[in-house]
Amino acid sequence: MSEPKKKLTRREMIRRGALGAGLVGVSTAAGLLAARRSEGGTVWQLDPDKCIQCGQCATYCVLDPSAVKCVHAFVLCGYCDLCFGYFQPGFEPDAAFERPSAESQLCPTEAIHRTWVEGPYFEYTIDESLCIGCGKCVKGCNTFGNGSLFLQARHDRCLNCNECSIAAACPAKAWRRVPADRPYLLKDEDTKA
Amino acid sequence: MLTILVVLAAGLAGVAQAAERIALPQFQSDYVRPVTETPPPRADFYDYLDVAALVAALAAASYLAIRFRSRRGLWVLSVLSVLYFGFWRGGCVCSIGAIQNVAQGLFESGYAVPAAIVIFFLVPLVATLFFGRTFCAAVCPLGAIQDLVVVQPLRVPTWLEHALGLMAYVYLGAAVLFAATGSAYIICEYDPFVSIFRLVPAFRLADTMNALGGSTDMLLLGAGFLVVGLFLARPYCRWFCPYGAILRVLARASQWRVAITPDECIRCRLCEHSCPFGAIRKPTLDEPRRLRRMDRRRLAVLVVVTPALVAGLGWLGSWLSAPMSRMHTTVRQEERVRLEEMGLVEGTNDTSDAFYATHRPREELYAEAAAIRDRFVWGGWLLGGWVGLVIGVKLIHLSIRRTQTDFVPDEGTCVACGRCLAYCPIERQRWKKAKAGTAAP
Repeated sequence: MSEPKKKLTRREMIRRGALGAGLVGVSTAAGLLAARRSEGGTVWQLDPDKCIQCGQCATYCVLDPSAVKCVHAFVLCGYCDLCFGYFQPGFEPDAAFERPSAESQLCPTEAIHRTWVEGPYFEYTIDESLCIGCGKCVKGCNTFGNGSLFLQARHDRCLNCNECSIAAACPAKAWRRVPADRPYLLKDEDTKA
Repeated sequence: MLTILVVLAAGLAGVAQAAERIALPQFQSDYVRPVTETPPPRADFYDYLDVAALVAALAAASYLAIRFRSRRGLWVLSVLSVLYFGFWRGGCVCSIGAIQNVAQGLFESGYAVPAAIVIFFLVPLVATLFFGRTFCAAVCPLGAIQDLVVVQPLRVPTWLEHALGLMAYVYLGAAVLFAATGSAYIICEYDPFVSIFRLVPAFRLADTMNALGGSTDMLLLGAGFLVVGLFLARPYCRWFCPYGAILRVLARASQWRVAITPDECIRCRLCEHSCPFGAIRKPTLDEPRRLRRMDRRRLAVLVVVTPALVAGLGWLGSWLSAPMSRMHTTVRQEERVRLEEMGLVEGTNDTSDAFYATHRPREELYAEAAAIRDRFVWGGWLLGGWVGLVIGVKLIHLSIRRTQTDFVPDEGTCVACGRCLAYCPIERQRWKKAKAGTAAP
């Protein structure tokens, strides 16, 4: 009878030792992580300076349509009559039309609205409920214009997955985690919220 | 017309800085430029709410499993966890995925792990050291959703159960390697249930047509796991979950854990097949001397062989480090750029275009990739060694004779679901007494 009892004690001692070791291990990990943890949370964002407009933001997001949308920095915009982000290349615009035909537009979902402001100037606004984040307009504006159109993850939509599917697929390594209290990488400092 | 010419000239000149290629207009009318809207992300407050919910759910699960001993209570808590941590929260960040954030945080100096993620990683570990795997029982939404669909669990042969269980440790090792090198979060990429959980927050967005965009294959994976889970209970928890692998080890040292009955086991065998996860250990038989001598010899051989296994698989791992390093974006980019430089491929692709757009010298990229490959050689040794160690320790553990007289839940594999309690006649007697006790006075 004394034999099994002795064995139990040994097992119990090993268990207690392991428990102690486990607690020490967990507290060490906690200490190491606390040493350089960031205060708040992080969110995913796309750096417009690194973006090459490959179009994968439209397809790789777990949402359909993507949480990435075209954003317009109005202070950088030239308000061009012939907008390279709006018209198909080679299309001859007619200034009298505020809303030209679909085939003359670069945007596959007609998500950019063109409104006459004054003289030769037109305002371009993005309808986010239509925008799919393909970046076609961004490419046009970046190539020939001021680059006032650019892509951003919109945080009223983004589910902030632990690993962003777009970030994993991005060929330009343009995605990174940013502090949640500064969740956008806007092109113009003045427009930062 | 003049504007167009200027624009074209600027475009052809290839000005690197895109800003103000076109003069900004000075408006004569009272037009005011709209401000770019920046809708904020989910408020920090919700992170604290999630942490509070985690702690509360862990406390409730531990109390329900160990003190209150109520399967029904755990079932209700499972439903609540699936609803809150799963569907309401959309699944991220979970404790399982947090392994990767923590690994990256420990190895990569540039990445600071947010406090909420650290808490989600550590709190269930501490709880397991005290109460066993009550986190798995009814808090983890992945575990809970699988537990709710167990209908007709089939018995898996013990040898197969032990063998399949090793996959979780391999998965854990691989996940840590790829996260620590900043390559990928494979646990998230192959998370079978997050795509199902995400449907609800996705549908909250008014104009979202569906939430299956990039994840139809993931949704099929999740549905597959649930269908398999009807017959093979909790397949992800038992054979794949890397966090479960950590908890399996920690639970062996836990201070308290679920017992089939707090009273004495009468070895009636009624609970023997009650566990859908095959986690109940039977009393050991007295083996003849000859067999015990064989066992001892086998144990000696295994103790000698394990270091060789660690070294051998470590070598194999280092040999596989080149293909593994391709999980890293920089390595893939470097390989493409190198191929283009050597003229082995025609033209450029998005990856190489992105590199050329940075105007950095090629050598810089090559050096960067070489450093990552070196890290993967080390990582390959460690991962291989880890797999060898896991196999060796498993075999040694199976070869050690443990005398046991009662039917008990296995310390490691028991997920504290509480199903076995109802099968125990002693436990039922205790319930009856408790009921009479509360009714009498």
